[in-house]
Amino acid sequence: MKRIEAVNDFVIKFANVNGSGSASANELFAKSFLRMGIPVSPRNIFPSNIQGLPTWYEVRVTEKGHLGRRGGVDLMVAMNPQTWAEDVKEIDPGGYLFYDNTKPLPPSRFRDDIQVIGMPLTEICNATYTDSRERQLFKNILYVGALAGMMGVEPEVIAELIGEQYKGKEKLLKPNLNAFKMGLDYARNHLKDAIGLKAKRAYAVGDKIFIEGNAAAALGCLYGGATVCAWYPITPSSSLAEAFQRSCSKLRVDKDTGKNKFAIIQAEDELASIGIVVGAGWNGARAFTATAGPGISLMSEFIGLAYFAEIPAVIIDVQRGGPSTGMPTRTQQSDVMKCAYASHGDTKHVLLFPEDPYECFEMGAQAFDLAERLQTPVFMMTDLDIGMNQRLCNPLVWDDARRYDRGKLMTEKMLEAGMEFGRYLDVDGDGIPYRTLPGTHPTKGAYFTRGTSKNAHAVYSEAGPDYVYNMQRLLKKFETAKTLVPKAVLTPSKEPARFGCIYYGSTSPAMHEALEALSQNGIFVNALRVRAFPFQDEIFDFVQSHSKVFVVEQNRDAQLKTLLVNDAGINPASLISVLHYDGTPITARFITEEISQIVTALNVRPIKKDKAA
Amino acid sequence: MTYVLKPKLHHPTLPKNKIGYTRRDYEGKVSTLCAGCGHDSISAALIQAFWELDIQPHKVAKLSGIGCSSKTPDYFLGNSHGFNTVHGRMPSALTGANLANRDLIYLGVSGDGDSASIGLGQFAHVMRRGVNMTYILENNGVYGLTKGQFSATADQGSKSKRGAVNADAPVDTVSLALLMGATFVARSFSGDKQQLTPLVKAAIAHQGAAFIDVISPCVAFNNHPGSTKSYDYVRDHNEAVNRLDFWPTREAITVDYTEGGVIEVPQHDGSIIKLRKLSASYDPTDRIGAQDQIAQAAVKGEVLTGLLYLAPDAEDLHAHLNTYAVPFNQLGEKDLCPGAGTLEKINASLR
Repeated sequence: MKRIEAVNDFVIKFANVNGSGSASANELFAKSFLRMGIPVSPRNIFPSNIQGLPTWYEVRVTEKGHLGRRGGVDLMVAMNPQTWAEDVKEIDPGGYLFYDNTKPLPPSRFRDDIQVIGMPLTEICNATYTDSRERQLFKNILYVGALAGMMGVEPEVIAELIGEQYKGKEKLLKPNLNAFKMGLDYARNHLKDAIGLKAKRAYAVGDKIFIEGNAAAALGCLYGGATVCAWYPITPSSSLAEAFQRSCSKLRVDKDTGKNKFAIIQAEDELASIGIVVGAGWNGARAFTATAGPGISLMSEFIGLAYFAEIPAVIIDVQRGGPSTGMPTRTQQSDVMKCAYASHGDTKHVLLFPEDPYECFEMGAQAFDLAERLQTPVFMMTDLDIGMNQRLCNPLVWDDARRYDRGKLMTEKMLEAGMEFGRYLDVDGDGIPYRTLPGTHPTKGAYFTRGTSKNAHAVYSEAGPDYVYNMQRLLKKFETAKTLVPKAVLTPSKEPARFGCIYYGSTSPAMHEALEALSQNGIFVNALRVRAFPFQDEIFDFVQSHSKVFVVEQNRDAQLKTLLVNDAGINPASLISVLHYDGTPITARFITEEISQIVTALNVRPIKKDKAA
Repeated sequence: MTYVLKPKLHHPTLPKNKIGYTRRDYEGKVSTLCAGCGHDSISAALIQAFWELDIQPHKVAKLSGIGCSSKTPDYFLGNSHGFNTVHGRMPSALTGANLANRDLIYLGVSGDGDSASIGLGQFAHVMRRGVNMTYILENNGVYGLTKGQFSATADQGSKSKRGAVNADAPVDTVSLALLMGATFVARSFSGDKQQLTPLVKAAIAHQGAAFIDVISPCVAFNNHPGSTKSYDYVRDHNEAVNRLDFWPTREAITVDYTEGGVIEVPQHDGSIIKLRKLSASYDPTDRIGAQDQIAQAAVKGEVLTGLLYLAPDAEDLHAHLNTYAVPFNQLGEKDLCPGAGTLEKINASLR
């Protein structure tokens, strides 16, 4: 049997029981690669539970910087008897199984085509510690030490990380260091050259930062000037609101008075969250909510009001597996249609699709400018994969010369100067009317905001022409939005390509790795990353210039494809869906295999004989 | 219903308040509610209260839900911004508006369907949070705009216009507001302007969650024998409402009740409403006592009105959140954005 040999390019998966303290040990392990200059991309695959259920932590080590999920497992650290069988099954042939061999297992529990490495973790812990919690916790540090020893992770790096983690907590620092050392020594003495996966110092991390998308989005909201946040706890978005709270406590407290330049309300439900956001937006504060699919469903009525009454609001949807309660702790891109057309009646909304924490920050801040400029709800569509996993990304950037775009606000001065004010009057031909804030002027500019139909001067009206005027103007405004939202990003193929590919959001890193693999197999694909809805004409043109375009998504119903057909007028016959929706993040291998198979099938009966793939 | 437009010219002798406004400056559009509707009397009381308090109309923000009552903010304070939100969700929109600009006066107008049925949750939570507002519930026990279904404040045993008897227990909004932590709780009567206007003024002045449940009979759908919220005794039909009344069969009844006494007000149609004027010994700062007296009166079929509870040490949401004195909607980049230098430090901590 040939064992897998690799340097700085492999996948390690930890199978644990949640609540056993494994998370911090696994994170420590992942970070040690970063400190050695090797990019790493960890992913938590966790249950909707606090203690006792299976949880996995998958670490992609990748000097090339492929931060998506690759697919497959080179080394399984099997610490959970509950999931033993499926964990062993998942290992690639020639891969490694590391396990606690304190209690012997029959040969039938193993595989012939993998390398098995046993270490008596329980035995060592029981011999060293008396406290049962310590026995459990240090088992995790012990295996980190052993793995470091076998794989060549520099011990100084891990010691440094442990030092940072327990800074000021000397009582915990020493025993952790000891446990780590014990694991390291055991590996050096008993498991020499047991694993062919090696870490070697590299210089591929650069100035990149390691941050969760939810934390970056929260910072984006803070930098973007959000003062009001209303939310209701829901996985996977809760940590976004909590991060906003933490960041504001540090960065938004007035130094002289100790007063907060922010207000965060944990509301009674999502209806109230969005109500608070809409009320604040109506009154001129930058406000947002963070939620997930079920929250969007509840918010839909208010979203329609905000669309029709033209009130700025920012909604961050950290998507998870639906429908219904679905898979609350798993990732999907399955709220695209729901958000694009949220609410009753004819509605359309601006959507932003960040690919990583860097864009969560950037688009998080930009969403407020868009919402105020367009006077409408703006959705940032992130997901659990980006939101709740630490991801290596470019450092966050802010330009101090940047000014908030408060949109068309009619001031007291403008009213005094005699400017005509019609709340729903299209004065500039871009579909965007002026608005006044409550309290602007004693006698001019007040109006009654309502969800019922009205004329251009905000006077209640059930007259057909008044209604149609408004609805048409809203369409025009949506056209204007095309000029303001982030443009799609093209990754051209090295060779002339007959195929195109459209993808978005968290699919991005796996897509890039797949593109590389495909081109190595002679399949050349031009790739376009869609970053917003409404779609610009460039997206239409991109599809037109390829015979077939793959649309890669993480949902069952090809939701972005539906939007492309429905809203950009694209011929569905030119689009081929590649869909991954089992709740785990899409992998590079999955995309590569799917596209390869389709291309092979298409080439058997080529549509255009003169062109090869 | 009338479509007659109000004349824009004001009579030169109309009295002005301290800031030079006449009552007409506090009016809004012509009401489209049924003639004789109690809600219009409440609007008149609101106009009177704001005028008497010398408040600039544009410093008030009016928010409402959906229903007959929620339409009324269009009919007073025409120079204030108004927001007709979503059914039952006015409290959350008002909370957000209040957070955005703490310097305005917030008036929430709602009905019993809006507050006691679809919006019961938001009603309870806005009281819990102590949002600084005046929350007026125009309570008629019936869904007017959808033509006469019982609402959740309809009393058990009361009869609908079509003869159906309500079997469900009523939601008592003043008891609920007290329970949830409102710091100003009152009940009044749309027809008793003398009682209502001072209550509204006190509620506006209150710095916290102020709630007034105003019984406001529905002349169209809940004004018949067997209803416990039928057309009432007092309807001040004079200039305060400033509108002609063509409702044919009803004439105003006025009542003055003596302190401490129960008065039975016979209605035109034969139904009876009992009212109790608060006694001199009633302690409006005793929350538990108030709850007790409200409950005891309810058992006897009486409706307690007046200022039922006032917390002497009320605090509002901004105090709870320790917010900055300058309204959020006036803060710009300088106040809100920590800048590139800080971001670089944040980046450094993430390596």
